This record gives sequence, C-alpha cells and structure tokens, in this order.
Amino acid sequence: MGLKEILSIIFISSGTFFMFVGSLGLIRLPDFYSRAHATGKVDTLAIILVIIGLVIYEGFSVNSAKLIIIITFVALTNPTATNALARAAYKFRLRPWFKKDKSKKRQKKNELGN
Amino acid sequence: MHMFFIYVSVILSIIIFIPLYRVVTGPTIYDRMLCSGSIATSSMVLILMVGFIFNRIDMFIDIAMAYSCLNFIGVIAFAKYLGTLGKRRKNGT
Repeated sequence: MGLKEILSIIFISSGTFFMFVGSLGLIRLPDFYSRAHATGKVDTLAIILVIIGLVIYEGFSVNSAKLIIIITFVALTNPTATNALARAAYKFRLRPWFKKDKSKKRQKKNELGN
Repeated sequence: MHMFFIYVSVILSIIIFIPLYRVVTGPTIYDRMLCSGSIATSSMVLILMVGFIFNRIDMFIDIAMAYSCLNFIGVIAFAKYLGTLGKRRKNGT
C-alpha cells in the first residue's frame, strides 16, 4: 500500500465521518433553521473531502477532471439550495425556536408555522 | 483498497437511514425537503463508490453528475413554489 492509497483512505474516512455528523445534526437539533445550518455546511465539506480522496486515488486522467467538475458544482449549488429553502421558510413566516418556549404546546404551535 | 470501498459504501447506506427518519416524521414540509436533499447528496457519493467497486468509474461519474443536477433543480423548484405560496397567503387569499 503506497502513500497515495493511505492519503486517499484518510480523506475518504474523514469525509464519511463528517457526513455522519451532518446526519446526526438533522435529528438532534430542535428547529428547521438550525437543521439547515447543520446540513448546509457539513454535507458540502463531506462531499468535498470524499471526492478529493477519490481524485488522489484515481490519479491524473479525464475521470479526475470530471470529479473536480463535480466538486465545484456541489460547492456552488448545495449551499444555494439550502439558502433558497430557508428563504422560502422565512417568507412563509415559520417562526424560529427560542429558549424560553419550553412548554410542549407552544413549541408545537411554533413549528407548525402560523 | 477494493474492500475499503465496500466498507465505505456499507457505512454510507447505513447513514442514509438517519435523515429518512426526519423525512417520515418531520414537523414541517421544509424539514422533509431538506432531509431528502441530504439523502440525495449522500447517495451521490454512494454511486461514486459503486463505480469504483465495479471498475466502471467512467460510466458512473456521468450518472452522479446528472443526479446532483436533478437534486439541485428539484430543491430550487420546491423553494420557489413555497415562496410564492407565502406571498399569496400574505395578501389574504
């Protein structure tokens, strides 16, 4: 196993770890806006790390150029899509979660977005 | 290295089940759309891993590119539709 494969294993493993952290944030966080905050950045970083590992494993060829095109496309579009969803939720007047709304009823009313 | 790609794809297909919980029991419709976008990005990486397992990466890269384009267009169209829905509600109709 050469240096190239060890480096690509490190990159792909860290990317998979970040993807797991982003998925965990989707479950654990209390609000739509904080969930968008979790997945908009961490998933982008995870995809960039995994594809950089794949580029290192592939070497210098046409396929790695296509992989770099995928990196730039995802890095441009994934935060844009998350921003558009959060903007639509803000226009729909979905109220964010505050720390003082501890009672279950109030929180449910807030999440339904009146 | 071949076994490593198989391990990573198994771990990724387990990770995909975590946002699926939020898709099924999301409180609002925005949560469902956000988590389906997250599932789509995870499965794009899974498609690339499958391409490296079968040694046909030249074919699977194009599939992954088309998949990420479809994910982006779907989320943008959904957000646009819901934004106009909010504007209509503000006018009172």
